Amino acid sequence: MSKFGLRFVALGYLAAILVAPVSLIFWRTFEHGLHPVWVSLSSGNTLHALELTLIITAIAVPANTVFGIALALAIVRKRFPGKGIVNALVDLPLALSPVVVGLSLLLLYGRDGWIQLPFRVVFAVPGMVLATIFVSLPFVVREVVPVLREIGEEQEQAGATLGASSAQIFRRITLPAIRWGVAYGVVLTTARCLGEFGAVTVVSGRIVGQTETLTIHVEQSYDNFDVVGAYSASLVLALLAILTLVMMNVIKPKEPTQ
Amino acid sequence: MYYFPSIPVNNVNNPVRSLMPRIKIFGALAVLALALVGGASGASKDVKLNLVAYSTPAAAFAKIIPAFQATAAGKGVSFSQSYGASGDQARAVLSGLPADVIDLSLQPDMTTLVQAGVVGRDWNANKYKGFVTTSVVVFVVRDGNPKKIKTWDDLTKKGVDIITPNPFTSGGARWNVMAAYGTYLKETKSPTKAVAKLTQLFQNVSVQDKSARNALNTFLGGKGDVLLTYENEAILAQQNKQNVQYVIPKSTILIENPLAVTTKAPAEAKAFYNYLYTPAAQRLFAQTGYRPILKSVAKEFKFPARPDLFTIRTLGGWKKVQPQFFDPDKGIMATVERKVGGVTG
Amino acid sequence: MSGGLATLYMSVIVLLPLSAVVWRSADHGTHGFWSAITNDQAVASLKLTVAASVIVAIVNAVMGTIIAWVLVRDSFRGQSIVNSLIDLPFALPTIVAGLTLLTLYGPRSPFGINAAYTKWSIYLALLFVTLPFVVRTVQPVLHELDQEMEEAAAALGARYGTIFRRIVLPNIGPAILSGVALAFARAVGEFGSVVLISGNQPFKTEVTSVFIFGRIESGDSTTAAAVSTELLVISLGVLLTIGAFRRRTTRHDRV
Repeated sequence: MSKFGLRFVALGYLAAILVAPVSLIFWRTFEHGLHPVWVSLSSGNTLHALELTLIITAIAVPANTVFGIALALAIVRKRFPGKGIVNALVDLPLALSPVVVGLSLLLLYGRDGWIQLPFRVVFAVPGMVLATIFVSLPFVVREVVPVLREIGEEQEQAGATLGASSAQIFRRITLPAIRWGVAYGVVLTTARCLGEFGAVTVVSGRIVGQTETLTIHVEQSYDNFDVVGAYSASLVLALLAILTLVMMNVIKPKEPTQ
Repeated sequence: MYYFPSIPVNNVNNPVRSLMPRIKIFGALAVLALALVGGASGASKDVKLNLVAYSTPAAAFAKIIPAFQATAAGKGVSFSQSYGASGDQARAVLSGLPADVIDLSLQPDMTTLVQAGVVGRDWNANKYKGFVTTSVVVFVVRDGNPKKIKTWDDLTKKGVDIITPNPFTSGGARWNVMAAYGTYLKETKSPTKAVAKLTQLFQNVSVQDKSARNALNTFLGGKGDVLLTYENEAILAQQNKQNVQYVIPKSTILIENPLAVTTKAPAEAKAFYNYLYTPAAQRLFAQTGYRPILKSVAKEFKFPARPDLFTIRTLGGWKKVQPQFFDPDKGIMATVERKVGGVTG
Repeated sequence: MSGGLATLYMSVIVLLPLSAVVWRSADHGTHGFWSAITNDQAVASLKLTVAASVIVAIVNAVMGTIIAWVLVRDSFRGQSIVNSLIDLPFALPTIVAGLTLLTLYGPRSPFGINAAYTKWSIYLALLFVTLPFVVRTVQPVLHELDQEMEEAAAALGARYGTIFRRIVLPNIGPAILSGVALAFARAVGEFGSVVLISGNQPFKTEVTSVFIFGRIESGDSTTAAAVSTELLVISLGVLLTIGAFRRRTTRHDRV
């Protein structure tokens, strides 16, 4: 198939499946002009929803980054029984229906749940954080594992024979080597956290002005016939995700030409 | 060019903090963060009431709460509000959602709370049987009603495209089913024939949205000839500048929304509960489309009376109807859905 | 040490909640579990869901590879913007995906395509949410692939079809499979976008996640948990199988 043929097919598919819907969001948002969008975005509920989304993301992303790296190291470098299963379990959050995720958290931390903590977990922010961490868990791991596999252990072993401690090896050899895998994993994790809806909605309790994330706010707006509100909040979410990607692109050094 | 790591050659001089202390610090911070956001609550001395309701009365409460707070009984009372599907809200309360005043869409949802001891058994002992607002099932139709849909029999005709929420995901949809069944039962005087007509109705259903509001939006999006919903939903949509025209069939069911105060609620909750039965509050409900339960206020608004209006008690009450119709495996609706889906046996 | 902590993290965040679900599904014993999952509505929804997910996974295998190819090997104006957009389905709330697809391909479609409330709408919604998977697993491998072998083969007169089949495909095959597994796993569980656009007709256009939701709403959380466990096992099975297959084929190439 010719180069232009392939390009046409790829871009045509993307246009139908991806670009058209996303452009529609822009269109529906600004259909009645800028003012209604401004009013909607500056309302107390919207701002609080945005703030809550950002707080949850700011907790979930670092958590999944740190433990994602640790998990990746364990999966690639260590031998233990059931490694294949752990590997699959890491991918599982991608597969789970959000309905099930929400249900599981309610069963675990709800009124008659297995785990009772001194503070309220479900129907409060902690439960929402847990749900978000759950669904965005795989990304850093999955981006780091192939890199670790590719680079192998030679450099680290060299470091060890030269007398470096494992902390030094990690800091000076491993981490720099995987940093772009980590960075990209962070981008994907952030995007996923921003867009989380199904599981979070079940554990949020929908307390107005307190436990509504921006995605929940989108649904509430839609339900209250506030189309502009729903779409402008969606637009903010989409732009935040693109911003994360752009930032990563900006801080990445230029690749040497081949 | 895209974003994937190229394998670096020599990147040894990268001062990055080591991992282990990071994990420890981070772990501590995480627990702290969780506890902080979890434990944070308003430090005000005023009373805070937790209002948990289904989605539709949100517009009414937006006005009623400030009105209550302006009265002597409501001074210094602040509210935390949660709105969602009736069944979802009941389940949330069962799972620990704090609630002092609960306003739901249908009685069975309240009954689950009574069974769990969250709401006292005497919740409906007042003269209004525990209901605070009422409405009726109506047909929303296209401009000018081109298919001339006026009665429940019209819904069984061939070629009529009906939108209703799924009775298993939407508690509100059950009112639609019972309104249909009640009418057919009255006409045919035979439960078997009534169920047969109900099945015919569902043959014409093309979309079963998960909630009443979703169903309304589906209809407004251009799908279907008629939508089964409640009068107050239709009126609220009109007030929100949606192009909604509805017909109230002669025979329809009275929708009754239960209200209760939880057993552990503070005294101010009872004050708010009583306020909702005052003419002032009932008027505010009526202004958002509800038929007020207070007859004196109902007279002020011109809700059309229906000659063949019946209640769920005619059909045996929710206690009988809920398992009979809506048991997910053995209920009549399960059989209807099966038949309509083309499954035999 | 890091392995232990990491496993603990996984257990608390993922395993424990899921165990609660599996536990609840066993509320009425194995007999109850079996009758829950053999419920005809559940079975119908599962057939529909798995079939749709397989179709979508296959489409993604083809289109995802083509898109990855165009993003890596081709060069055109706006390419980096296109590249950024690929991850958008991760960021957009699924309800927004459903809403916009409904507007574009529903009763008021500006393109005259009305696929809403049919099986086709399910495919559309699933294609949107699974778009990034194959693209992002194939891109890095394609990028690292040394083009010398392809150039050599071309110089020796091989047609591009043959080059692709015998040189490129074996190298990107495992990556495609990984992406396909993930796309399938994501598709079987999708709820937010499908529930808005598919019509949710039991036995016709109701996917399993909507069925589960219906059971939760009807107070039948045991059936909900049982069918959820079933879905879990299927997803896990697919992920494990493809993971094992991948490991075997990758080991082959290791020198």
